[in-house]
Amino acid sequence: MEKTTNPLFEYCLRLGDTSLILSQRLGEWCGHGPILEEDIALTNIALDFVGQATAFLKYAAQVEGKGRTEDDLSFLRDAREFRNLLIAEQPNGDYGQTIMRQFLVSTFLYYFYGELKSSKDSMFAALAEKSLKEVTYHLRHSSSWVIRLGDGTEESYKRMKSAIDELWLFTGDMFDMDEVDKTLITQGIAVDLNKVKASWDKKVKEVFTEATLAIPENVFMVKGSHEGKHTEYLGHLLAEMQVLPRSFPGAQW
Amino acid sequence: MSDTQWPLWEVFTQKRQGAPHEHAGSVHAPDKEMALQNARDVYSRRNEAISLWVVPSEAIVASTPEEVGSFFDPANDKAYRHPNFYKTPGVTLD
Amino acid sequence: MTDEKELEKKFQERIDKGEVIEPKDWMPERYRKQLIRMMSQHAHSEIVGMLPEGNWITRAPSLRRKAILLAKVQDEAGHGLYIYSGTETLGVSREEIVGEFLTGKAKYSSIFNYPTLTWADMGAIGWLVDGAAIVNQTALAKCSYGPYARAMVRICKEENFHHKQGYEILAHLMKGTPEQKQMAQDSINRFWWPSLMMFGPHDADSPHSADLMRWKVKLHSNDTLRQRFIDRTVSQAENIGIKLPDPELKWNEAKQHYDFGEINWEEFNNVIRGNGPCNKDRMKTRRQAHENGAWVRDAAEAYARKQEKKSIAA
Repeated sequence: MEKTTNPLFEYCLRLGDTSLILSQRLGEWCGHGPILEEDIALTNIALDFVGQATAFLKYAAQVEGKGRTEDDLSFLRDAREFRNLLIAEQPNGDYGQTIMRQFLVSTFLYYFYGELKSSKDSMFAALAEKSLKEVTYHLRHSSSWVIRLGDGTEESYKRMKSAIDELWLFTGDMFDMDEVDKTLITQGIAVDLNKVKASWDKKVKEVFTEATLAIPENVFMVKGSHEGKHTEYLGHLLAEMQVLPRSFPGAQW
Repeated sequence: MSDTQWPLWEVFTQKRQGAPHEHAGSVHAPDKEMALQNARDVYSRRNEAISLWVVPSEAIVASTPEEVGSFFDPANDKAYRHPNFYKTPGVTLD
Repeated sequence: MTDEKELEKKFQERIDKGEVIEPKDWMPERYRKQLIRMMSQHAHSEIVGMLPEGNWITRAPSLRRKAILLAKVQDEAGHGLYIYSGTETLGVSREEIVGEFLTGKAKYSSIFNYPTLTWADMGAIGWLVDGAAIVNQTALAKCSYGPYARAMVRICKEENFHHKQGYEILAHLMKGTPEQKQMAQDSINRFWWPSLMMFGPHDADSPHSADLMRWKVKLHSNDTLRQRFIDRTVSQAENIGIKLPDPELKWNEAKQHYDFGEINWEEFNNVIRGNGPCNKDRMKTRRQAHENGAWVRDAAEAYARKQEKKSIAA
């Protein structure tokens, strides 16, 4: 769908949708984790993301000013209207792939929220401050695991290498900037993603090195999240997530 | 396929400033960093702790119930260790 | 009197005095074995209990409901963990306990072998299943074995929110559309009797009851607890307009309790034996999670060993 003419609304959707889709993916692990302690850890991260999604989508609805709620935005939009990062909607795969996805995204969010804290939009600044505390922990957890799985056994190393192959091509989408970014950056509201990329590159290299993993080179990046041009996975994810409100229009839960 | 559930660690939590660390339970973890993270996820979800200690269970040395008599009882007849053993007529010393 | 009999006598005296038994205390081998059985079954139940509810996390109909359900399931994992911790104090490793569960030797609560077919089942599980668990766990919080009692205290604190949110889900549905009301009533029709079965057979048919009562591990009979649960639940149902599917349910003024119909013990025994609607599924899911996770657990241990070697060499 065409981008709306409300850049602030678009920006809120990017943040809210990414959190929402990640919470959905992590929620799939409940009862299926490799050990009880990790079931608890992943659910903790999923919960944090639902909280962030609720906050950003609530603000989005307010900014849009058309009377929609965060639930309307979550459960009644079609895939082409979602603005989450492409990497968020990728399937969980094995535990290694889930952890790798989490690490790549958490590193991004860590530096992103670190910058957004200084936004001239006071709501963004406050949400960034709160989310940063949670994301700091997600980063600690996922980088610990990238290291242990990368430098664990032959098998775990192979699986982490596969995970990188599956996910790396979506990392370019994270740093893609368009007119929405440019407009809001001039207003002191949004974050310069080039800055975030520099920190992200450094951190990922540091952790990958300790994990004995290599940074891929010359990978063609798939982009499109800003235009709602998603991978085929999002449609199925939303079909499952939205089934009840869509089946019972107008019902309250 | 191994069936490992990782080593066992005992968890101690401090509820608030100034309080001692108390035994909260245990977690399984492959190493001390994960033990700390797991303890945080399991035992402080509801703000029940401001500080955590994790100790490998095998490191804990405990007195045995059989020793109770020789280990602890002798303290009973040394009442002079307690302030209320002493009478200080007409004067408060605290 | 032999040493063993003398020790047992002293042990029983401690129990009768209301003393709390701790891991290092002497205990009859049968006490230890019964507790391991009871506690590990309780832990397995919490873990399996994550599955019928986990089934609806991705389909929760609002952000608030999604968050609440995630928090609840996370609590259940935590409860399983607290109880596994308590069980390990009895000298058995988590590997052994989990092994007995995965091979099908150990049992778990029958209720989790029923499928969750609609969103309303999330309400039924919170209100009825957790409601029944609270009655059971509140009693256990005073049991004679310290680690078990302490785990129960922790769990009881957390369980109350589970119960309330389940009731709230149903209350909402009963104020909603005709389809939602029907969904709620249908859910209770399917979950009421299995919830009553959670308290186990009549005590006369319960093989371990006598010893467990003598040792204050079990403080009330199955039937007493079941009656307690029914008595407090009936008015809650009436309050939101839900009918409980028992034509014989009636207040008995003389007894000051509700009379109720006979439980279908054949169904109960079948489910306990592994023939319930979801037994195979639940076990398959847990076995798969265990097998799929082996490489992760192994990798973490391999890494730890490597780090240890490095620090010794340094």
